[in-house]
Amino acid sequence: MSNDFYTLNVNGEDHQVADSWAGESLLWVLRERLGFPGAKNACEEGECGSCSVRIGEEVVCSCLVLAGSAVEQEITTIEGLSAEGELSDVQQAFIDAGAVQCGFCTPGLLVTIDHLLEENESPDDLTVREAISGNLCRCTGYGRILEAVQIAAASRRGGKRE
Amino acid sequence: MPVTVARSLDHALAALEECPEALILAGGTDVMVQVNKGSMSVDQVVAIGRVPELQGWNREGDWLHLGAGVTYSEMMSKEISSMVPALAQASRTVGSPQIRNAGTIGGNLGTSSPAGDTLPTLFALEAVLTIRSAAGIRKLPINQFVVGVKQNALQPGELIEKISVPVLEGPQEFCKIGPRNAMVISVASFTLLTDSKENRVRSCLGTVGPVPIRPTEAENLLSNGVNWEKNEVSSEVLEGFASLCAEVAQPIDDHRGSAAYRRHAIKILSRRAACRIFSEDNT
Repeated sequence: MSNDFYTLNVNGEDHQVADSWAGESLLWVLRERLGFPGAKNACEEGECGSCSVRIGEEVVCSCLVLAGSAVEQEITTIEGLSAEGELSDVQQAFIDAGAVQCGFCTPGLLVTIDHLLEENESPDDLTVREAISGNLCRCTGYGRILEAVQIAAASRRGGKRE
Repeated sequence: MPVTVARSLDHALAALEECPEALILAGGTDVMVQVNKGSMSVDQVVAIGRVPELQGWNREGDWLHLGAGVTYSEMMSKEISSMVPALAQASRTVGSPQIRNAGTIGGNLGTSSPAGDTLPTLFALEAVLTIRSAAGIRKLPINQFVVGVKQNALQPGELIEKISVPVLEGPQEFCKIGPRNAMVISVASFTLLTDSKENRVRSCLGTVGPVPIRPTEAENLLSNGVNWEKNEVSSEVLEGFASLCAEVAQPIDDHRGSAAYRRHAIKILSRRAACRIFSEDNT
Protein backbone atom coordinates (compact mmCIF):
# COMPACT_ATOMS: atom_id res chain seq x y z
CA MET A 1 0.00 0.00 0.00
CA SER A 2 1.50 3.34 -0.93
CA ASN A 3 0.74 6.66 0.65
CA ASP A 4 -1.40 7.63 -2.27
CA PHE A 5 -3.89 4.85 -2.76
CA TYR A 6 -4.92 1.39 -1.72
CA THR A 7 -6.78 -1.29 -3.61
CA LEU A 8 -9.97 -3.04 -2.59
CA ASN A 9 -11.28 -6.12 -4.31
CA VAL A 10 -15.05 -5.71 -4.58
CA ASN A 11 -17.20 -8.32 -6.30
CA GLY A 12 -14.18 -9.79 -8.03
CA GLU A 13 -12.72 -6.56 -9.36
CA ASP A 14 -9.93 -4.38 -8.03
CA HIS A 15 -10.75 -0.75 -7.26
CA GLN A 16 -8.27 1.92 -6.29
CA VAL A 17 -9.08 4.24 -3.43
CA ALA A 18 -7.09 7.45 -3.62
CA ASP A 19 -6.77 10.59 -1.50
CA SER A 20 -8.60 9.00 1.40
CA TRP A 21 -8.66 9.73 5.13
CA ALA A 22 -7.39 6.95 7.36
CA GLY A 23 -10.63 6.66 9.34
CA GLU A 24 -12.99 6.00 6.44
CA SER A 25 -15.25 3.00 6.92
CA LEU A 26 -15.61 0.37 4.24
CA LEU A 27 -19.29 1.30 3.98
CA TRP A 28 -18.45 4.91 3.22
CA VAL A 29 -15.79 3.99 0.69
CA LEU A 30 -18.09 1.52 -1.06
CA ARG A 31 -20.94 4.01 -1.30
CA GLU A 32 -19.23 7.33 -1.77
CA ARG A 33 -15.96 6.51 -3.51
CA LEU A 34 -16.51 3.30 -5.44
CA GLY A 35 -20.13 3.61 -6.56
CA PHE A 36 -21.63 0.64 -4.72
CA PRO A 37 -24.69 2.18 -3.06
CA GLY A 38 -26.33 -1.18 -2.31
CA ALA A 39 -25.11 -1.49 1.27
CA LYS A 40 -27.11 1.04 3.26
CA ASN A 41 -25.99 3.45 5.92
CA ALA A 42 -28.36 3.69 8.86
CA CYS A 43 -26.86 3.42 12.33
CA GLU A 44 -23.09 3.44 11.71
CA GLU A 45 -22.60 1.52 14.94
CA GLY A 46 -23.20 -2.09 14.05
CA GLU A 47 -26.75 -2.31 15.38
CA CYS A 48 -28.88 -2.50 12.25
CA GLY A 49 -27.07 -4.68 9.73
CA SER A 50 -28.24 -2.69 6.71
CA CYS A 51 -24.60 -2.30 5.67
CA SER A 52 -23.85 -6.06 5.80
CA VAL A 53 -21.28 -7.26 3.27
CA ARG A 54 -19.26 -10.38 2.96
CA ILE A 55 -15.53 -10.32 3.52
CA GLY A 56 -14.12 -13.69 2.56
CA GLU A 57 -16.44 -16.19 4.19
CA GLU A 58 -17.82 -13.92 6.92
CA VAL A 59 -20.73 -11.49 6.94
CA VAL A 60 -19.77 -8.29 8.74
CA CYS A 61 -21.07 -4.76 9.18
CA SER A 62 -19.13 -2.72 6.64
CA CYS A 63 -19.64 0.41 8.76
CA LEU A 64 -17.34 -1.14 11.38
CA VAL A 65 -14.58 -2.15 8.96
CA LEU A 66 -11.78 0.33 8.47
CA ALA A 67 -11.62 0.50 4.68
CA GLY A 68 -7.83 0.64 4.52
CA SER A 69 -7.62 -2.59 6.49
CA ALA A 70 -9.75 -4.51 4.00
CA VAL A 71 -7.09 -4.71 1.28
CA GLU A 72 -6.35 -8.06 -0.37
CA GLN A 73 -9.62 -9.59 0.74
CA GLU A 74 -12.63 -10.63 -1.28
CA ILE A 75 -15.39 -8.17 -0.52
CA THR A 76 -18.86 -9.10 -1.78
CA THR A 77 -21.67 -6.58 -1.71
CA ILE A 78 -25.31 -6.97 -2.66
CA GLU A 79 -24.33 -5.86 -6.18
CA GLY A 80 -22.15 -8.97 -6.43
CA LEU A 81 -24.84 -11.52 -5.59
CA SER A 82 -26.22 -11.64 -9.13
CA ALA A 83 -25.15 -10.67 -12.61
CA GLU A 84 -26.01 -7.14 -13.73
CA GLY A 85 -29.72 -6.85 -14.41
CA GLU A 86 -30.59 -10.28 -13.07
CA LEU A 87 -32.12 -11.34 -9.79
CA SER A 88 -30.55 -13.87 -7.48
CA ASP A 89 -32.71 -16.64 -6.08
CA VAL A 90 -32.97 -14.85 -2.74
CA GLN A 91 -33.92 -11.56 -4.40
CA GLN A 92 -36.61 -13.33 -6.43
CA ALA A 93 -37.89 -15.05 -3.28
CA PHE A 94 -38.16 -11.68 -1.50
CA ILE A 95 -40.32 -10.40 -4.36
CA ASP A 96 -42.42 -13.56 -4.45
CA ALA A 97 -43.04 -13.47 -0.69
CA GLY A 98 -43.63 -9.71 -0.56
CA ALA A 99 -40.76 -9.43 1.92
CA VAL A 100 -39.76 -5.91 0.86
CA GLN A 101 -41.53 -2.88 2.21
CA CYS A 102 -39.43 0.27 2.53
CA GLY A 103 -36.45 -1.76 1.34
CA PHE A 104 -33.77 -0.15 3.46
CA CYS A 105 -32.86 -3.34 5.34
CA THR A 106 -33.24 -5.54 2.26
CA PRO A 107 -29.68 -5.46 0.86
CA GLY A 108 -28.22 -6.43 4.23
CA LEU A 109 -30.77 -9.21 4.68
CA LEU A 110 -30.07 -10.54 1.19
CA VAL A 111 -26.33 -10.73 1.86
CA THR A 112 -26.90 -12.44 5.21
CA ILE A 113 -29.47 -14.91 3.88
CA ASP A 114 -27.40 -15.75 0.79
CA HIS A 115 -24.55 -16.66 3.13
CA LEU A 116 -26.85 -18.64 5.44
CA LEU A 117 -28.19 -20.73 2.56
CA GLU A 118 -24.67 -21.51 1.42
CA GLU A 119 -23.92 -22.96 4.82
CA ASN A 120 -27.28 -24.58 5.47
CA GLU A 121 -29.60 -25.56 2.64
CA SER A 122 -32.58 -26.33 4.91
CA PRO A 123 -32.50 -23.90 7.82
CA ASP A 124 -35.41 -24.08 10.26
CA ASP A 125 -37.07 -20.85 11.37
CA LEU A 126 -35.05 -20.64 14.59
CA THR A 127 -31.81 -20.92 12.62
CA VAL A 128 -33.02 -18.24 10.23
CA ARG A 129 -34.05 -15.94 13.06
CA GLU A 130 -30.66 -16.42 14.67
CA ALA A 131 -28.85 -15.78 11.40
CA ILE A 132 -30.75 -12.56 10.67
CA SER A 133 -30.76 -11.35 14.28
CA GLY A 134 -28.28 -8.65 13.27
CA ASN A 135 -30.48 -7.33 10.46
CA LEU A 136 -33.21 -5.08 11.78
CA CYS A 137 -36.39 -4.53 9.78
CA ARG A 138 -38.90 -1.98 11.02
CA CYS A 139 -41.60 -2.59 8.42
CA THR A 140 -42.35 -6.22 7.82
CA GLY A 141 -42.48 -7.87 11.21
CA TYR A 142 -40.21 -10.51 9.62
CA GLY A 143 -43.00 -12.97 8.72
CA ARG A 144 -42.60 -12.55 4.99
CA ILE A 145 -38.83 -12.48 5.29
CA LEU A 146 -38.90 -15.90 6.96
CA GLU A 147 -41.24 -17.05 4.20
CA ALA A 148 -38.84 -15.72 1.56
CA VAL A 149 -35.94 -17.62 3.09
CA GLN A 150 -37.89 -20.87 2.83
CA ILE A 151 -38.82 -20.12 -0.79
CA ALA A 152 -35.18 -19.40 -1.64
CA ALA A 153 -34.00 -22.48 0.25
CA ALA A 154 -36.49 -24.64 -1.65
CA SER A 155 -35.39 -23.22 -4.98
CA ARG A 156 -31.73 -23.94 -4.14
CA ARG A 157 -32.61 -27.50 -3.20
CA GLY A 158 -34.27 -27.88 -6.59
CA GLY A 159 -37.79 -26.75 -5.95
CA LYS A 160 -38.81 -28.95 -3.02
CA ARG A 161 -40.43 -27.28 0.00
CA GLU A 162 -39.85 -29.14 3.25
CA MET B 1 1.53 5.32 5.84
CA PRO B 2 -1.70 5.91 7.80
CA VAL B 3 -2.94 2.31 7.86
CA THR B 4 -0.47 -0.53 8.31
CA VAL B 5 -2.05 -3.92 7.69
CA ALA B 6 0.29 -6.09 9.73
CA ARG B 7 1.22 -9.43 8.15
CA SER B 8 3.07 -10.93 11.08
CA LEU B 9 3.60 -10.29 14.76
CA ASP B 10 7.05 -8.86 14.03
CA HIS B 11 5.55 -6.59 11.39
CA ALA B 12 2.95 -5.32 13.86
CA LEU B 13 5.52 -4.79 16.61
CA ALA B 14 7.89 -2.99 14.22
CA ALA B 15 5.06 -0.70 13.11
CA LEU B 16 4.19 0.03 16.74
CA GLU B 17 7.83 0.68 17.58
CA GLU B 18 8.00 3.19 14.77
CA CYS B 19 4.74 4.82 15.82
CA PRO B 20 4.00 3.88 19.46
CA GLU B 21 0.90 6.07 19.63
CA ALA B 22 -0.74 4.36 16.64
CA LEU B 23 -4.24 3.05 17.12
CA ILE B 24 -4.27 -0.73 17.33
CA LEU B 25 -7.21 -2.01 15.32
CA ALA B 26 -8.50 -5.54 15.89
CA GLY B 27 -12.10 -6.30 14.86
CA GLY B 28 -13.04 -2.62 14.79
CA THR B 29 -16.40 -3.13 16.48
CA ASP B 30 -15.59 -0.68 19.30
CA VAL B 31 -13.14 1.61 17.55
CA MET B 32 -15.13 2.24 14.39
CA VAL B 33 -18.25 3.26 16.33
CA GLN B 34 -16.17 6.07 17.86
CA VAL B 35 -14.50 6.92 14.55
CA ASN B 36 -17.83 7.06 12.69
CA LYS B 37 -19.26 9.36 15.35
CA GLY B 38 -16.26 11.62 15.02
CA SER B 39 -15.31 11.18 18.66
CA MET B 40 -12.04 9.44 17.85
CA SER B 41 -9.54 10.82 15.40
CA VAL B 42 -7.45 8.46 13.37
CA ASP B 43 -4.01 9.36 12.11
CA GLN B 44 -1.97 6.18 12.33
CA VAL B 45 -3.47 2.71 12.51
CA VAL B 46 -1.85 -0.67 12.94
CA ALA B 47 -4.45 -3.25 11.86
CA ILE B 48 -3.71 -6.58 13.52
CA GLY B 49 -6.71 -8.53 12.25
CA ARG B 50 -4.60 -10.59 9.87
CA VAL B 51 -1.58 -11.35 12.03
CA PRO B 52 -1.34 -15.16 11.88
CA GLU B 53 0.35 -15.44 15.30
CA LEU B 54 -2.68 -13.79 16.95
CA GLN B 55 -5.18 -16.25 15.46
CA GLY B 56 -6.36 -19.55 16.86
CA TRP B 57 -5.87 -21.25 20.18
CA ASN B 58 -4.00 -24.17 21.67
CA ARG B 59 -4.29 -26.24 24.78
CA GLU B 60 -1.30 -27.04 26.91
CA GLY B 61 -2.17 -29.38 29.77
CA ASP B 62 -4.74 -27.62 31.94
CA TRP B 63 -4.24 -24.28 30.22
CA LEU B 64 -5.94 -22.85 27.17
CA HIS B 65 -4.07 -20.17 25.25
CA LEU B 66 -6.32 -17.94 23.16
CA GLY B 67 -4.78 -15.73 20.50
CA ALA B 68 -5.83 -12.10 20.92
CA GLY B 69 -7.44 -12.28 17.48
CA VAL B 70 -9.88 -15.06 18.37
CA THR B 71 -13.38 -13.78 17.56
CA TYR B 72 -16.55 -14.15 19.60
CA SER B 73 -17.86 -16.51 16.89
CA GLU B 74 -14.79 -18.69 17.34
CA MET B 75 -15.21 -18.68 21.12
CA MET B 76 -18.70 -20.10 20.58
CA SER B 77 -17.21 -23.15 18.81
CA LYS B 78 -17.68 -26.60 20.33
CA GLU B 79 -14.00 -26.90 21.21
CA ILE B 80 -13.71 -23.65 23.14
CA SER B 81 -17.14 -23.93 24.73
CA SER B 82 -16.22 -27.37 26.08
CA MET B 83 -13.14 -25.91 27.81
CA VAL B 84 -14.49 -22.55 29.00
CA PRO B 85 -18.29 -22.72 28.71
CA ALA B 86 -18.84 -19.36 30.41
CA LEU B 87 -16.61 -17.61 27.88
CA ALA B 88 -18.63 -19.15 25.06
CA GLN B 89 -21.90 -18.13 26.75
CA ALA B 90 -20.62 -14.59 27.19
CA SER B 91 -19.54 -14.46 23.55
CA ARG B 92 -22.99 -15.59 22.51
CA THR B 93 -24.48 -12.49 24.18
CA VAL B 94 -22.27 -10.06 22.26
CA GLY B 95 -23.99 -8.06 19.52
CA SER B 96 -25.19 -9.79 16.37
CA PRO B 97 -23.61 -12.51 14.22
CA GLN B 98 -21.95 -9.74 12.19
CA ILE B 99 -20.38 -8.26 15.33
CA ARG B 100 -19.34 -11.65 16.69
CA ASN B 101 -17.62 -12.45 13.38
CA ALA B 102 -15.47 -9.33 13.71
CA GLY B 103 -15.01 -8.60 17.42
CA THR B 104 -12.15 -10.30 19.27
CA ILE B 105 -11.18 -11.23 22.80
CA GLY B 106 -8.07 -9.06 22.49
CA GLY B 107 -10.22 -6.14 21.39
CA ASN B 108 -12.57 -6.63 24.34
CA LEU B 109 -9.54 -6.42 26.65
CA GLY B 110 -8.01 -3.52 24.75
CA THR B 111 -11.22 -1.52 25.16
CA SER B 112 -11.43 -2.51 28.86
CA SER B 113 -15.02 -1.33 29.12
CA PRO B 114 -16.74 -2.14 32.42
CA ALA B 115 -19.43 -3.75 30.23
CA GLY B 116 -16.95 -5.94 28.33
CA ASP B 117 -18.67 -9.31 28.16
CA THR B 118 -15.61 -11.57 28.34
CA LEU B 119 -14.11 -9.71 31.30
CA PRO B 120 -15.98 -11.23 34.28
CA THR B 121 -15.17 -14.79 33.20
CA LEU B 122 -11.53 -13.90 32.49
CA PHE B 123 -11.29 -12.30 35.96
CA ALA B 124 -12.84 -15.36 37.60
CA LEU B 125 -10.40 -17.58 35.73
CA GLU B 126 -7.51 -15.30 36.77
CA ALA B 127 -6.44 -15.13 33.13
CA VAL B 128 -2.85 -14.26 32.31
CA LEU B 129 -2.14 -11.93 29.41
CA THR B 130 0.96 -12.17 27.27
CA ILE B 131 1.92 -8.69 26.16
CA ARG B 132 4.48 -8.06 23.45
CA SER B 133 6.45 -5.11 22.22
CA ALA B 134 9.50 -4.84 19.99
CA ALA B 135 11.50 -4.66 23.22
CA GLY B 136 10.24 -7.94 24.62
CA ILE B 137 7.50 -9.88 26.29
CA ARG B 138 5.77 -9.62 29.64
CA LYS B 139 2.99 -11.48 31.37
CA LEU B 140 0.34 -9.80 33.42
CA PRO B 141 -2.57 -11.17 35.45
CA ILE B 142 -5.82 -9.72 34.19
CA ASN B 143 -6.58 -7.84 37.41
CA GLN B 144 -3.35 -5.90 36.91
CA PHE B 145 -4.20 -5.29 33.27
CA VAL B 146 -7.72 -3.84 33.49
CA VAL B 147 -7.23 -1.05 36.00
CA GLY B 148 -10.15 1.34 35.52
CA VAL B 149 -13.01 2.42 33.30
CA LYS B 150 -11.59 1.88 29.80
CA GLN B 151 -8.11 1.99 31.31
CA ASN B 152 -5.53 -0.73 31.06
CA ALA B 153 -1.86 -1.35 31.57
CA LEU B 154 -0.97 -1.55 27.89
CA GLN B 155 1.93 0.81 27.17
CA PRO B 156 2.60 2.58 23.87
CA GLY B 157 4.26 0.13 21.51
CA GLU B 158 2.71 -2.91 23.17
CA LEU B 159 -0.02 -5.25 22.04
CA ILE B 160 -1.83 -8.22 23.57
CA GLU B 161 -0.56 -11.45 22.05
CA LYS B 162 -2.55 -14.07 23.90
CA ILE B 163 -4.78 -14.75 26.86
CA SER B 164 -4.19 -17.88 28.93
CA VAL B 165 -6.87 -19.41 31.13
CA PRO B 166 -7.05 -22.59 33.18
CA VAL B 167 -9.40 -25.31 31.94
CA LEU B 168 -11.51 -26.17 34.98
CA GLU B 169 -13.60 -29.26 35.52
CA GLY B 170 -17.21 -28.52 36.37
CA PRO B 171 -20.16 -26.52 35.09
CA GLN B 172 -20.02 -22.77 34.39
CA GLU B 173 -22.71 -20.14 33.91
CA PHE B 174 -22.61 -16.62 32.53
CA CYS B 175 -25.68 -14.40 32.94
CA LYS B 176 -26.27 -10.92 31.61
CA ILE B 177 -29.05 -8.39 31.89
CA GLY B 178 -29.91 -5.78 29.29
CA PRO B 179 -33.02 -4.00 28.10
CA ARG B 180 -33.85 -6.86 25.73
CA ASN B 181 -32.76 -10.37 24.88
CA ALA B 182 -30.25 -9.78 22.13
CA MET B 183 -27.72 -7.27 20.90
CA VAL B 184 -27.44 -5.37 24.14
CA ILE B 185 -24.67 -3.76 26.07
CA SER B 186 -24.68 -5.28 29.51
CA VAL B 187 -26.42 -3.51 32.39
CA ALA B 188 -25.21 -6.12 34.85
CA SER B 189 -23.51 -9.45 34.31
CA PHE B 190 -22.33 -12.33 36.42
CA THR B 191 -20.20 -15.40 35.93
CA LEU B 192 -20.03 -18.48 38.14
CA LEU B 193 -17.47 -21.23 37.59
CA THR B 194 -17.04 -24.46 39.47
CA ASP B 195 -13.82 -26.30 40.09
CA SER B 196 -14.86 -29.82 40.97
CA LYS B 197 -11.27 -30.91 41.64
CA GLU B 198 -10.88 -28.31 44.37
CA ASN B 199 -14.57 -28.21 45.35
CA ARG B 200 -14.47 -24.45 44.92
CA VAL B 201 -16.50 -21.88 43.03
CA ARG B 202 -15.11 -18.78 41.39
CA SER B 203 -17.29 -15.90 40.35
CA CYS B 204 -17.19 -12.34 39.18
CA LEU B 205 -19.54 -9.36 38.76
CA GLY B 206 -19.49 -7.38 35.53
CA THR B 207 -20.69 -3.87 34.61
CA VAL B 208 -21.33 -2.92 38.24
CA GLY B 209 -18.02 -1.24 38.98
CA PRO B 210 -15.11 0.40 37.18
CA VAL B 211 -13.56 -3.04 36.76
CA PRO B 212 -15.00 -6.55 37.24
CA ILE B 213 -15.38 -7.48 40.91
CA ARG B 214 -14.62 -10.86 42.51
CA PRO B 215 -17.02 -11.44 45.45
CA THR B 216 -14.53 -13.44 47.52
CA GLU B 217 -16.64 -13.72 50.67
CA ALA B 218 -19.58 -14.95 48.62
CA GLU B 219 -17.31 -17.45 46.86
CA ASN B 220 -16.12 -18.80 50.22
CA LEU B 221 -19.66 -19.09 51.54
CA LEU B 222 -20.88 -21.00 48.50
CA SER B 223 -17.76 -23.19 48.20
CA ASN B 224 -18.12 -24.26 51.83
CA GLY B 225 -21.93 -24.48 51.69
CA VAL B 226 -22.26 -26.80 48.70
CA ASN B 227 -22.67 -30.51 49.24
CA TRP B 228 -20.22 -31.44 46.48
CA GLU B 229 -21.15 -35.12 46.60
CA LYS B 230 -24.78 -34.41 45.81
CA ASN B 231 -24.25 -31.12 43.98
CA GLU B 232 -26.80 -29.59 46.33
CA VAL B 233 -26.98 -26.36 48.24
CA SER B 234 -29.45 -25.02 50.79
CA SER B 235 -31.75 -22.08 50.12
CA GLU B 236 -30.11 -20.30 53.03
CA VAL B 237 -26.64 -20.53 51.46
CA LEU B 238 -28.03 -19.44 48.09
CA GLU B 239 -29.63 -16.38 49.70
CA GLY B 240 -26.42 -15.58 51.54
CA PHE B 241 -24.38 -15.98 48.37
CA ALA B 242 -26.67 -13.67 46.40
CA SER B 243 -26.69 -11.05 49.19
CA LEU B 244 -22.91 -11.05 49.51
CA CYS B 245 -22.54 -10.71 45.73
CA ALA B 246 -24.91 -7.73 45.68
CA GLU B 247 -23.09 -6.17 48.64
CA VAL B 248 -19.75 -5.90 46.87
CA ALA B 249 -21.20 -4.35 43.71
CA GLN B 250 -20.14 -0.74 43.08
CA PRO B 251 -22.76 0.26 40.52
CA ILE B 252 -23.39 3.71 39.12
CA ASP B 253 -26.50 5.41 37.75
CA ASP B 254 -26.25 5.93 34.02
CA HIS B 255 -28.38 5.97 30.88
CA ARG B 256 -28.54 2.17 30.82
CA GLY B 257 -29.72 1.62 34.37
CA SER B 258 -29.77 2.89 37.93
CA ALA B 259 -27.32 1.78 40.61
CA ALA B 260 -30.16 0.34 42.69
CA TYR B 261 -31.45 -1.68 39.76
CA ARG B 262 -27.97 -3.00 38.99
CA ARG B 263 -27.38 -4.10 42.58
CA HIS B 264 -30.76 -5.83 42.57
CA ALA B 265 -29.90 -7.45 39.23
CA ILE B 266 -26.68 -8.88 40.65
CA LYS B 267 -28.64 -10.47 43.49
CA ILE B 268 -30.97 -12.12 40.98
CA LEU B 269 -28.25 -13.13 38.52
CA SER B 270 -25.96 -14.64 41.15
CA ARG B 271 -28.76 -16.75 42.61
CA ARG B 272 -29.92 -17.74 39.13
CA ALA B 273 -26.43 -18.81 38.08
CA ALA B 274 -26.01 -20.86 41.27
CA CYS B 275 -29.42 -22.50 40.79
CA ARG B 276 -28.49 -23.49 37.25
CA ILE B 277 -25.41 -25.29 38.55
CA PHE B 278 -26.54 -26.70 41.91
CA SER B 279 -29.85 -28.21 42.98
CA GLU B 280 -31.59 -26.30 45.69
CA ASP B 281 -32.02 -28.47 48.78
CA ASN B 282 -35.13 -27.32 50.62
CA THR B 283 -35.25 -30.12 53.17
